[in-house]
Amino acid sequence: MEVGQMQRRLVDYTKSLFMEGFLDSQFLQLQQLQDENNPDFVVEVVSLFFEDSEKLLNELTRALDQTNVEFKKVDAHVHQLKGSSSSIGAQRVKNACIAFRNFCEEQNTEACMRCLQQVKQEYYLVKNKLETMFRLEQQIVAAGGSIPIIEMSS
Amino acid sequence: MIESCNCIEPQLPADELLMKYQYISDFFIALAYFSIPLELIYFVKKSALFPYRWVLVQFGAFIVLCGATHLINLWTFTMHTRTVEIVMTIAKVCTAVVSCATALTLVHIIPDLLSVKTRELFLKNKAAELDREMGLIRTQEETGRHVRMLTHEIRSTLDRHTILKTTLVELGRTLELEECALWMPTRTGLELQLSYTLRQQNPVEYTVPIQLPVINQVFNTNRAVKISPNCAVARLRPTAGKYMPGEVVAVRVPLLHLSNFQINDWPELSTKRYALMVLMLPSDSARQWHVHELELVEVVADQVAVALSHAAILEESMRARDLLMEQNVALDLARREAETAIRARNDFLAVMNHEMRTPMDAIIALASLLLETELTPEQRLMVETILKSSNLLATLINDVLDLSRLEDGSLQLELETFNLHAVFREVLNLIKPIASVKKLLVTVNLAPDVPEYAIGDEKHLMQTILNVVGNAVKFSKEGSITITAFMVKSESLRDSRTPDFSPVPSDNHFYLRVQVKDFGAGISPQDIPKIFTKFAQTQSTKNSGGSGLGLAICKRFVNLMEGNIWIESDGLGKGCTAIFLVKLGIPERLSESKLPFMPMVAANHGQANFHGLKVLVLDENGISRMVMKGLLVHLGCEVTTVSSGEECLRVVSQEHKVVLMDVCVPGKDGYEIALRIREKFTKLREKPLIVALIGNTDKVIKENCMRVGMDGVILKPVSLDKLRSVLSDLLEHRVLFEAV
Repeated sequence: MEVGQMQRRLVDYTKSLFMEGFLDSQFLQLQQLQDENNPDFVVEVVSLFFEDSEKLLNELTRALDQTNVEFKKVDAHVHQLKGSSSSIGAQRVKNACIAFRNFCEEQNTEACMRCLQQVKQEYYLVKNKLETMFRLEQQIVAAGGSIPIIEMSS
Repeated sequence: MIESCNCIEPQLPADELLMKYQYISDFFIALAYFSIPLELIYFVKKSALFPYRWVLVQFGAFIVLCGATHLINLWTFTMHTRTVEIVMTIAKVCTAVVSCATALTLVHIIPDLLSVKTRELFLKNKAAELDREMGLIRTQEETGRHVRMLTHEIRSTLDRHTILKTTLVELGRTLELEECALWMPTRTGLELQLSYTLRQQNPVEYTVPIQLPVINQVFNTNRAVKISPNCAVARLRPTAGKYMPGEVVAVRVPLLHLSNFQINDWPELSTKRYALMVLMLPSDSARQWHVHELELVEVVADQVAVALSHAAILEESMRARDLLMEQNVALDLARREAETAIRARNDFLAVMNHEMRTPMDAIIALASLLLETELTPEQRLMVETILKSSNLLATLINDVLDLSRLEDGSLQLELETFNLHAVFREVLNLIKPIASVKKLLVTVNLAPDVPEYAIGDEKHLMQTILNVVGNAVKFSKEGSITITAFMVKSESLRDSRTPDFSPVPSDNHFYLRVQVKDFGAGISPQDIPKIFTKFAQTQSTKNSGGSGLGLAICKRFVNLMEGNIWIESDGLGKGCTAIFLVKLGIPERLSESKLPFMPMVAANHGQANFHGLKVLVLDENGISRMVMKGLLVHLGCEVTTVSSGEECLRVVSQEHKVVLMDVCVPGKDGYEIALRIREKFTKLREKPLIVALIGNTDKVIKENCMRVGMDGVILKPVSLDKLRSVLSDLLEHRVLFEAV
């Protein structure tokens, strides 16, 4: 496949992510920060996010497995996750976290477990999507093209 | 001695008397015989045509010789000499020769003469025939002339009466009629009424039923029909005199209506109305109707029909024109009345607007003030209810007033330059309290290409967004509400879901697309078209309050702003997305004179402004730290990041001009740190500006921030523009009210 086609595919794919709400404008901010001084900024931040989130999700799973759930701790973790996801623009993860926090406040274990599932689901989804996107970018770069800038239009 | 003389004696002794008679007869014969050739010669000389001269000469000679013979015979009655006898003999011989020759010649001639005679007869017949035909042609030509003249007379006017009168007059003159009459069918069509006559000035208006056999007979054919002078239609004058009344002819005149002329259909003459024209020849003449006269009558009848139809068309169009004029006058009057009514209503509304709003405002204001005082919980509840109800009422009043003004198009958009981003911030501010009560999260995503300033009607735009978002909040019990706004490029403006909306992009305008997505009650597909109808409420909305006006008003505003609004929903319970497009103007320069002063405005796009600015970032979350650092580095700052309060306190120095700290960590007190930082730097100019990064605009948090002396708060997530403007504001004013 030639570069132009790949670039178009990337643009469409990225746009679809925005349209479907996986990413929001914060992600665009990150992309704007990427320049020749900071060529891999986005990848770095996102990789960090993945690492961080995996850890947090494991912690959360463990915490909710306890017989006496420590909601404060759970809340703290979810807060972290919410912060991270919000920083990189993973909108759906963030929203799921917000809902999670509400139930934490209510100390509703059942609901929290459900929320955790939801958060995990959203997280894995967005991880998948982002990885695909990065792969496309790598292909383009390998083929000698440049990453197209996404304009946030409809 | 009777010597023999040479005399010849007749053989028989003749009787004296007999001989005398013979003598006389011979003499006359000779005379006749001599005169005949003379006559012949005379007449032949007279006529030039006689082709047989030779024969005539022969004949003449024959007759002369016959005459001579008889003449000489005269001498033979008595004693005559031999000479005489010889002469006689010679004459007889010659006569015999000539007469035989003549007889032979006549055999040739007589057939010729006979044929001449027959030819002559033939030619005479032919001449008679031609004469007859000439007569006919002449009559026809006469008739044609009459018809042309009549037609000309008839068609030279469009007045029905004149046409008919002229017809009768001209016919009467041309055909020399005694009387000529026209019977028209009455309105009911059951009778014929005597409408026009030639001689009688004021015809007695009498009628005959239309079903008479004679009338039917005439109506059934398009020819002129001879009718009896005694029948009802012909008895127009008292029978004067003993003479036989002249022959009467009647012909039908079709009365064609406009409706007879269909597009593909020639006028049917079957169900039509006819008038009856009756023509009477003078009663004392022995004239009879000639064929050509009948033909003339028929042609005239047809022409009259055409002329009458033209007249009818003219009458019709005149009537239509009069009717239209009347209607025009009536419409004009109605329009003026309507205008007066609208003016009266507008005046009423304007007055009521003010009159209704004043007490409303008073109630709301006083109720709010009352809330600020000391109240028992019951009292507080009551006052809150009063406030809520009055707010609702005020909204309703506004809605109704707005809608009525929108309806008659008297609402004008107030176009001015305003801060578009600020509108969204304001909406968020207004809606967040309500949303957080319902534990709904509201987020605003502005695409980076949405300009900060735009030209449009700020108030109504905000009203629209608020309305839509308010609906989203109202109908969601849980979940989140996302408001996304971005600029729309021209290619994607044509949306297949809204085929009747075709926006036209232009150079100094852009279309802003705002999507509000919620995960609430949703709308079933059949209700979607009703949404924008005012006062219409679906099943699910009936219980949720609201008058049903909101979206109707929104739609009208959006249309005024040359945009479009629609709702998509996957069904009940699946949430819905409200999307609208509005057209806004692009301000030319930022230094537009109408820029309102807002504290967080001055969008400073200078890149190198913050070159070397030392910033300290405190955030527990590694990713947030990284992103924050990236943003600040992009703006040219020198960034240090710390992940805990203690580290912050350790690291902070007077080199750092700004400290950005996340204060929303549960269980940790960011305010404490801020206080400690402040304490660390006694001198004002050494103290860094401390800005809190907060996750939501909780009142309590804001209060705390202010209490500890934070120089400002920023709501996460932080965008590049936000950061930039925040920093420039901070550095300029050394204070930041709030960057939402």
